[in-house]
Amino acid sequence: MQIFHRSTNTISRVSVFGAVFFVAFLGWLMDAVNRSPYVTQQHVARVQPVQFSHAHHVGGMGLDCRYCHTTVERSAFANIPPTKTCMNCHSQIWNQSPEIAPVQESFRTDKSIEWVKVYDLPDYVYFNHSIHVAKGVGCETCHGRIDKMPLVAQHPTLEMSWCLDCHRAPEKHLRPRDQIFTMGYVPAGDQEVIGERLKAQYHIRPSNELTECWTCHR
Amino acid sequence: MSAERKPPGVAVDASKLEALRGREYWRSLEELARTEDFQEHLHREFRVPVPMDGGLDRREMLTLMGASMALAGLTGCVRQPEERVFPYVRPPEESVVGEPLYYASAHLHGGYARGILVESYEGRPTKIEGNDLHPSSKGGTDVFAQGFLLNMYDPDRSQTLTERGEIRAWSSFIAAVKLALERDRSAGGRGAGLRFLTGTVTSPTLLQQLQDILAAHPDAKWTSWEPVGRENAMEGARLAFGEPVEARYRFDAADVVLSLESDFLGTGPDMPRLVRDFAARRRGKGSNRLYVVESTPSPTGAKADHRRPMAPREIEAFARAVATQLGALPSGVSGVGASAAGAAPGNAPDPFAAAVVEDLKAHRGASLVIAGESQPAHVHALAHAMNEALGNAGKTVDYTEPSAGAPLTSQSATLPELVADMAAGKVGFLVIVGGNPVFDAPADLEFGKAMDKVDLRVHLGLYEDETSRLCHWHVAQAHELESWSDARSMHGAVTILQPLIAPLYDGRTAHEVLAAFTEQPDKTAHDIVKDYWKSRLATTGGGADLDTAWRTALHDGIVKDSEFKAKDVRVDSSALEAKIQNPKSKTEAEPAGLTLLFRPDPTVWDGRYANNGWLQELPKPLTKLTWDNAAMVAPSTAQRLGLQTEDVVELTLDGRKVLAPVWVLPGQSESCVTVHFGNGRARGGRVASGAGFDAYALRTTGALWSGAGLQLSKTLRRRTLATTQHHHSMEGRGLIRSVTADQYAADPRIVAKLGEEPPGPTDTLYPKLPTGSYAWGLSIDLSTCVGCNACVIACQAENNIPVVGKDQVTRGRHMQWIRIDRYYTGGLEAPDTLFQPVTCMHCEDAPCETVCPVAATSHSAEGLNQMVYNRCVGTRYCSNNCPYKVRRFNFYLYSDYTTEVLKMVRNPEVTVRSRGVMEKCSYCVQRINHARYAAEKENRPIRDGEIVTACQQACPAQAIVFGNVSDPDSAVSKVKSEMRTYGLLTELGTRPRTTYLAHLSNPNPKLGGAARPAGEGEHGHKDDV
Repeated sequence: MQIFHRSTNTISRVSVFGAVFFVAFLGWLMDAVNRSPYVTQQHVARVQPVQFSHAHHVGGMGLDCRYCHTTVERSAFANIPPTKTCMNCHSQIWNQSPEIAPVQESFRTDKSIEWVKVYDLPDYVYFNHSIHVAKGVGCETCHGRIDKMPLVAQHPTLEMSWCLDCHRAPEKHLRPRDQIFTMGYVPAGDQEVIGERLKAQYHIRPSNELTECWTCHR
Repeated sequence: MSAERKPPGVAVDASKLEALRGREYWRSLEELARTEDFQEHLHREFRVPVPMDGGLDRREMLTLMGASMALAGLTGCVRQPEERVFPYVRPPEESVVGEPLYYASAHLHGGYARGILVESYEGRPTKIEGNDLHPSSKGGTDVFAQGFLLNMYDPDRSQTLTERGEIRAWSSFIAAVKLALERDRSAGGRGAGLRFLTGTVTSPTLLQQLQDILAAHPDAKWTSWEPVGRENAMEGARLAFGEPVEARYRFDAADVVLSLESDFLGTGPDMPRLVRDFAARRRGKGSNRLYVVESTPSPTGAKADHRRPMAPREIEAFARAVATQLGALPSGVSGVGASAAGAAPGNAPDPFAAAVVEDLKAHRGASLVIAGESQPAHVHALAHAMNEALGNAGKTVDYTEPSAGAPLTSQSATLPELVADMAAGKVGFLVIVGGNPVFDAPADLEFGKAMDKVDLRVHLGLYEDETSRLCHWHVAQAHELESWSDARSMHGAVTILQPLIAPLYDGRTAHEVLAAFTEQPDKTAHDIVKDYWKSRLATTGGGADLDTAWRTALHDGIVKDSEFKAKDVRVDSSALEAKIQNPKSKTEAEPAGLTLLFRPDPTVWDGRYANNGWLQELPKPLTKLTWDNAAMVAPSTAQRLGLQTEDVVELTLDGRKVLAPVWVLPGQSESCVTVHFGNGRARGGRVASGAGFDAYALRTTGALWSGAGLQLSKTLRRRTLATTQHHHSMEGRGLIRSVTADQYAADPRIVAKLGEEPPGPTDTLYPKLPTGSYAWGLSIDLSTCVGCNACVIACQAENNIPVVGKDQVTRGRHMQWIRIDRYYTGGLEAPDTLFQPVTCMHCEDAPCETVCPVAATSHSAEGLNQMVYNRCVGTRYCSNNCPYKVRRFNFYLYSDYTTEVLKMVRNPEVTVRSRGVMEKCSYCVQRINHARYAAEKENRPIRDGEIVTACQQACPAQAIVFGNVSDPDSAVSKVKSEMRTYGLLTELGTRPRTTYLAHLSNPNPKLGGAARPAGEGEHGHKDDV
């Protein structure tokens, strides 16, 4: 009397053995999803209320980052420019364009333009722009080729491991202070050598201190 | 609390006390008595075992845990919601988004200004700091200045103008006022029925407005009522000098101080300055000496080198005796003679009084006698006479005109006069400008009842409270931080209050309400204040143009040279003697029974801060009681009446009754019971409701500060009191150390000898950690700490520390990162009291770090013991392993995540903690990082003194010093190099970075002070134990 078919043996072996792989696969899948742009929003261009193009303003016209993001050297937060900054030029040029209408609307009604935050760090991360800029971290290092982005997308994953890559070995990413706002910077020589020199010159703290919890969390 | 706990008075027997070896410290009566209860709870981390409040059984618990575990992983898969950024349209001047700005303004304490600097993030005030340019602050603050910020964000504040509960527009209020005034005018009136009731007014602009209105309505009257008034002090000055003057004490020049129930180190408009000056002298080489006689223990009494509990009438007798012996009263003998001085009538002259007299005489011109606000005018006058006889006038004290505005005599009315007029129907229009008289006016006046007879009643107030309920119009008041105004300090220094934020609600200032009575009813507070100063600033501003002078005054927080000059006044001692020759008969008659003393609450003051969670949960300096007030009785009295702490008694005074829980308070005068007024609000808001009992119900015009003939009867009820004094006990090790200045001078190593030897630097199992360029450390001076709690509230505001409520406090779950331990030493009736603020010690070898299974607490190279909230899984092992019990756990979601307005008070530089994570003092790491960014951007090291922690900034005594201990020239290193530096539990090898400077007392050798060895209890008034 054979209740189960012979193949059941194989099936059960495969499923018992396979379950291990299946669980591992599920784990891998969840991790992969979690690291995918679907969750991290990496490289996902955001639709903004104003069709503002960095490619045009930075790449085409060569505006300095600090013309708009004025507080980047002084504050933790690199400000989104006030409407007034847009209107400095656009009260004169392209002022008939429908693209400018939301800006004019904001200026007229005194209501902020609601920009969508592209680089949204978790609330327990206390990132400070000014210190990174002062220590030789270029805009491009984290924000990518802004001068080629019509709509801005998040360049890195913004995972903690990405932050730590640099905090563990800052010499791989440092550039001279006069090149901070340069887009498409190419080191004049071996980056490792330049990086080590700049690290000493800018008194960058040793990596064991840069990777302490309270450097970023508090 | 076990029900069978013995009454402390019974359990403590004298033999046990005498058997104490060495100078032992105790923190509660139960500890002293070594009750079993106490022993048991010593071994628990929390006072009450952690219960599961939902009543879960084990199976349900496991089921839920399993489900949570299974689902926990999913929380990591949530995509962050899209966030928006709202930039300015036109950016305001000077603002750098993300960086705070500081504005000078003032906090009004009973009407008197104390200078503050307010931190503002993008237009949100988030933190109060002291203003060192202001003479009443000198950079320090007190709990009220720190706490009043939360009142502004209080969601219970009244939010709009109402008439009989209906929302109205401002214009209809103006119309109503106009109508009432016109009706009066058409009746040929001169404002006969018009009455204004204010608190103490020091605002020059408001005074001008009031005077203008009174001039236009010659029969109108103005009453000023403050529950904690300075009438006695003013009357005393009038007795002594013939005119009301305000004494300006200079404790930094006084070597010997006698306080007659004055709590100058505890509360008061000038407290930050007085504490700073006193601490400066104490820190100096020739340490000062403080004698205190008082009926109820106060922080000032705790700092005394010699404290003597006395009944109120004994204090007056004592003052007379001392004054007579100092020659302040010419003929020498007065009604109550020297023999009555002190606690031993009929005996030979009291050695205590004699020693005080001798000490004062030996320090002519460098001594001070100060009388408290609760003392009768006679005692104030005597204190003035003594200062003059000692040659102190002009040296340690001078006199200025009072800055509280007095109405023209013909148009002023006292509160009883006003109420009499109201009851007689003579008042047609009552305008209550701030304050809450229905709650805080003397009970015998029955203010609320008299209100019924007034035709039109207007109330301006922050809350819809007891008074507004009985008024037709309620005008929502703008908070001080939302208002343009001005105010004087105790001694005249003018601060122009500038708003930090536009009114959150439809709030109006007193200026705008009074403007409704003038020809320009729509004038804004800004214009009113600026117009007033337009003509005056130019003259005081040193010739600068108005705009510069105005901006300078706003920037500095003080109008230049506005402080009053000293007045030349003399005490006419023979006239004074005649005036106070016959003390009132009631002081002579020996009242049988108990005296009830009324004092303002140390944390909610006269009731105005009752709805402030920070202040309600702040442990009161001596009782460590939160969320309640109590009837405080002496241990011997409690024993005699069979009372114990938490028993509810009925207090009857003059036929008025109130139910109050008992608190047995060591050091209380045995013939007195003390109650704090301010709690027990009927309509105070959500926080205030249920907190304490209303002591105002017993306070009458004849007994504002003390009432004789108190009947006290025990009921069968008990009320749980939430105290923090039991929590985190430290088991009698050498934690608090106190020696006399002489002992320390003779052998500086004495402080180290009071504790166990720490192990050597290499005797450790902990791995050696890398060191950084800085090593942060903190030093706290126990000699100058007055236990005022300013640091606790400053820390709470800076670090987004939540309020947990009474129930959680009774379970030992209060969250303040700093606690101030209060220790007693000596007998029950007159113990010495010591305060010790305890922060995280930031141990170099930290026991908490090794036990964390998820490395959520770790060590930084600069010696910070880092706590990472987002890693913490809430095992609480760290707290178990912390020998100092300074870690706090979020058992529930204590932080308010839902009330929108409370989000605005939070410091954006510090994480708001959620449920299930541990937290603790961080040495204000956000301030360290901020200073580091500034320094590194300029390519320089962090300067000494550049980092000021929140507790250090707030401390009026400058007892807290923070800095880099690896730099031998830093201020903190210098302080720590003193021989009286010691660490807590260093014998465990924790190597704490927070250290203490041992308490140095300076007792008078003639009173047995020098004979007291470091380790011996004294002051044993044990005869009645």
